[in-house]
Amino acid sequence: MRNKYSIFSLFKNALSYHENWQRAWKDPAPKKEYDAVIVGGGGHGLATAYYLAKKHNMQNIAVVEKGWIGGGNTGRNTTIIRSNYLWDASAGLYDHALKIWEGLSQELNYNVMFSQRGVMNLAHNLQDVRDLKRRTHANRLNGIDAVYLNTEEVKKFCPIINTSQDIRYPVLGGTLQRRAGTARHDAVAWGYARGADEMGVDIIQNCEVKAIKRSGDTVEGIETTKGFIKTKKIGVVAAGHSSVVAKMAGLKLPLESKPLQALVSEPVKPIIDTVVMSNAVHAYVSQSDKGELVIGAGTDDYISYSQKGSHQIVEGTLNAILELYPIFSRMRMLRQWGGIVDICPDASPILSKTSIKGLYFNCGWGTGGFKATPGSGDLFAHTIANDEPHKLNAAFNLNRFVSGDLVDEHGAAAVAH
Amino acid sequence: MFLINCPYCGERDQQEFKAGGEAHIERPKQPTELSDDEWAEYLFMRKNIKGVQFERWNHAHGCRKWFNMARDTSNDEIKAIYKMGEKPPTQ
Repeated sequence: MRNKYSIFSLFKNALSYHENWQRAWKDPAPKKEYDAVIVGGGGHGLATAYYLAKKHNMQNIAVVEKGWIGGGNTGRNTTIIRSNYLWDASAGLYDHALKIWEGLSQELNYNVMFSQRGVMNLAHNLQDVRDLKRRTHANRLNGIDAVYLNTEEVKKFCPIINTSQDIRYPVLGGTLQRRAGTARHDAVAWGYARGADEMGVDIIQNCEVKAIKRSGDTVEGIETTKGFIKTKKIGVVAAGHSSVVAKMAGLKLPLESKPLQALVSEPVKPIIDTVVMSNAVHAYVSQSDKGELVIGAGTDDYISYSQKGSHQIVEGTLNAILELYPIFSRMRMLRQWGGIVDICPDASPILSKTSIKGLYFNCGWGTGGFKATPGSGDLFAHTIANDEPHKLNAAFNLNRFVSGDLVDEHGAAAVAH
Repeated sequence: MFLINCPYCGERDQQEFKAGGEAHIERPKQPTELSDDEWAEYLFMRKNIKGVQFERWNHAHGCRKWFNMARDTSNDEIKAIYKMGEKPPTQ
């Protein structure tokens, strides 16, 4: 039994100079066989394992991760959480996640530092204004909190924004979702890992999948760098590398993997207490609890797995940031990195069964998967356990690319792709 | 960011170019005969290779001509550049 984290355990461990904290998860060797194996130990994969064990009573499962847990896009995103998507299917999916976020720290007994500081999306032209108003109405019809703000209200909510009308892309208004915010991304992976491990899930790091073995149209197991693992159910949650894993099973996915960059500044005192996103000029910024500005840039247009990106993408984002926040003009940037995001043609994810029995894919989250982590794990666990999608992820099946029933969130989602 | 040797203009900065995705996807000759699965395959399904991939590029801020490239997507190293209509290199 794992010790519960609390103010008392913190005090107790302080007395021994924090040298006797219990290990948060084990480091097991893979067993010969599992009831299910999750490929990919990021937030979504670990959450899937957690909910499989917790809600579907599947404890004999493993998560295999080629690197270390949370070392991919989970640790590379800009930690924004919101659910103000346009279409009903997306609203259902992302708000399901947001509702889990609201109680996640308590559920996991792990502080994921979820902070509902609000997310504001800016409008810079007449079409933006129309789109954002339309989305606000759509959100409200779906029970998602959303308000439209005019320029003065934007300025009042976030005083450091330059709202003068003589800049190249003036701020004409914006939307605000107050329940939205940020969370500490590493803590999400660690919290889910600890929770899953406690229920008996094996988290196997430095274990890369090399092949998927199947007989006919049924999976039999995976060949890994730590040997063969037999299993009847494989849930692939491999983000940018989804196509690579799909190829092992002889499948093709409608994905393109591209570099997405982010950067953080030197830490400063609190200056921006919310998240501000601008689709049109592609700039979004928030401030971490350490005081760094967390800035998200855009994707490159070419396919790459190199976890790098082009300088002009960062330059374009910083141009926009400086015009909107002249106060940041002398800030120095500390770190810049890239992550590989798997983008679907309709900018919506895939949480789906496949034509191969026992093989499930959770991918295509593109540039905005972090916010969905708890909901994605919950719904994917349901899909794997019951061999049927939950009604909230039924629309996000792989067959939509054949039927044409796409969930087209490109641009509509208030996100800059 | 990398340099691209445009077959018409010579070596230029990558930001002058626009990536056009996977190359050699042939438009179906008789679209009306296609099943939904075949349409999906043509329209949406992509190899998305990690390794050497054949892809189309356009010199958008230069000669505006399209050409093909063989590039290793794991490290962005360009292996070959060849014109539209030419067969991809075998090596």
